[in-house]
Amino acid sequence: MPITGDRKIVEELIFEQSVSGRAGIPLPSSDVPRTEPETSIPSALRRRAPADWPEVSEPQVIRHYTRLSQLNYCIDTHFYPLGSCTMKHNPKVNDRMAMLPDFSALHPLRPHELSQGVLEILYEVERWLRELCGMDAFTLQPSAGAQGELTGILVARAYHESRGEKRTKVLIPDSAHGTNPASAATAGLEAVTVRSRPDGQVDLDDLRAKLGSDTALFMMTIPGTLGVFEPQVREIVDLVHRAGALMYMDGANLNALIGLLRPGDLGVDVLHVNVHKTFSTPHGGGGPGAGPVGVKKALEPFLPVPRVVKEGHVYRRNLDYPSSIGKVHGFQGNVGILIRTYCYMRLQGAEGFREMSENAILAANYLRAKLAPLFPKMPKGPFMHEVVVSGEGAFANGVRTLDAAKRLLDYGFYAPTVYFPSIVHEAMMIEPTENESRETLDDFAAAMAAIVEESLTTPEKVKTAPHTTPVRRLDEVKAAREPILRYRRD
Amino acid sequence: MNPNDLRFTKTHEWIAADGTVGISDHAQHEITDVVFVDPPKEGKTFKAEEPACAVESVKAAFDIYAPVAGVVTAANKDVAANPALVNQSPYEKGWLYKLTMTSPSDRDKLMTHAQYQEFLKTATH
Repeated sequence: MPITGDRKIVEELIFEQSVSGRAGIPLPSSDVPRTEPETSIPSALRRRAPADWPEVSEPQVIRHYTRLSQLNYCIDTHFYPLGSCTMKHNPKVNDRMAMLPDFSALHPLRPHELSQGVLEILYEVERWLRELCGMDAFTLQPSAGAQGELTGILVARAYHESRGEKRTKVLIPDSAHGTNPASAATAGLEAVTVRSRPDGQVDLDDLRAKLGSDTALFMMTIPGTLGVFEPQVREIVDLVHRAGALMYMDGANLNALIGLLRPGDLGVDVLHVNVHKTFSTPHGGGGPGAGPVGVKKALEPFLPVPRVVKEGHVYRRNLDYPSSIGKVHGFQGNVGILIRTYCYMRLQGAEGFREMSENAILAANYLRAKLAPLFPKMPKGPFMHEVVVSGEGAFANGVRTLDAAKRLLDYGFYAPTVYFPSIVHEAMMIEPTENESRETLDDFAAAMAAIVEESLTTPEKVKTAPHTTPVRRLDEVKAAREPILRYRRD
Repeated sequence: MNPNDLRFTKTHEWIAADGTVGISDHAQHEITDVVFVDPPKEGKTFKAEEPACAVESVKAAFDIYAPVAGVVTAANKDVAANPALVNQSPYEKGWLYKLTMTSPSDRDKLMTHAQYQEFLKTATH
């Protein structure tokens, strides 16, 4: 690394810091006789060359990873209004409870007599979810929202098959999360797109035309990906049920409904819940997560096993569900995440959940009011938990939404979701969540106003943003067209 | 190909008289840099408006619909290897696949280039 007075230096890889012969910890000499690998390991299983580990000292390792962690934009360091993802605060008490050795050191095969505490928590999480969502039964096994979708679709497929019906199509609005059609295809069914009207609501004529005796499910995100509650939802549920199909709710946006409305009361037959959104568990860089699936009574026999049941005062695992679709995850799912979920449920209570949803809606609509003068092409509200704006007509001189998102990093904000939902041109999707103070929302709106102004006065500054981050704008196109998937040390 | 000889759909595909299909200049501009093209297999039959081909940009993945019913007779191997052709040359080197139309008169019902330009002024997306 060159010695320079410019402290904005990109961290070198740990491999690049390696110096031959350096070690963090001196190992004592071995007190067992040395065996040469050539005599003890078959040649096909032996390395051709020694493993190429980085050779570094302990302080180097600590500094390297601490510095890397400091380069992160995360919910613990910055406002993170990533629409649809609900990047809300993860209360630290959740982590403390989940890390208690009484939970973290439990073996999943310990008999139920010695695991009553954790089984009670799982039972209670299911009970809370049933009550909050108005559903009859839940499985906690799926390890994320998308796996929840797949599980829900498989359960629905098993239900239709048990009735001797061949239903192969899953209808999905064009505003849906991309995981919806992917889950349908993975479950062996055919995804069929239902058009949205320009205002983002479902085109009922198109839905009517596509519903039929081959429809297994209609999958709908409530509130929708535009952050708007679909006012036709009762009519949609009726249409779906009259066709003999099931109503699936993508619960990704439940953050704005809990405590105000129970999806089961709307007529939803299957839904999944993303606990890392609504129930404050960490978005764990791909895992672990949890995506519980709730169903109505008629679908309960098909839920994954094992399920936790209560007999008298005793909790135990029950595998005896002959119609079950089987396991979708080992043991009870990602239990550590479910303990965090339980902790949050107890923190909030019924009243707290209502207030949480109301504050999420209030924050989104406050931002909407602040941003409306800047963005002439904003979809009609009122919004629920998030605001969608279109960069079209707001940014001048060819500045696109992507440029504005990059420029926000210079202002100390994580960029919102961009170019989703795809039905809004140059979309920017902003979700403040219920955690943010009015001052933070004001600062964010001021940054957006400043970027709109910059697009008029200094557009190049926006088009070449970010300027203050450790690395400048990455070449996403080259990365996608000519990906280098593996680091090579030359 | 001269855009004036092509017919256009509301979903921004074009189709030539010989059944060659691609996406419009407007569409390539909107979806931004194309990074992946998944063309249909030769011999596959599509109904009109059925997804026939997938195109990915850094923004999102997009279904490209069959403008009319027909059978795929060829797919452009060059765009699969070099997806940037869709952006650089949407009406020439960036074509996606060729169809034998079930009924060539179906094509006449689609928009002319002039009608498509008018449509773009009124369309929301």
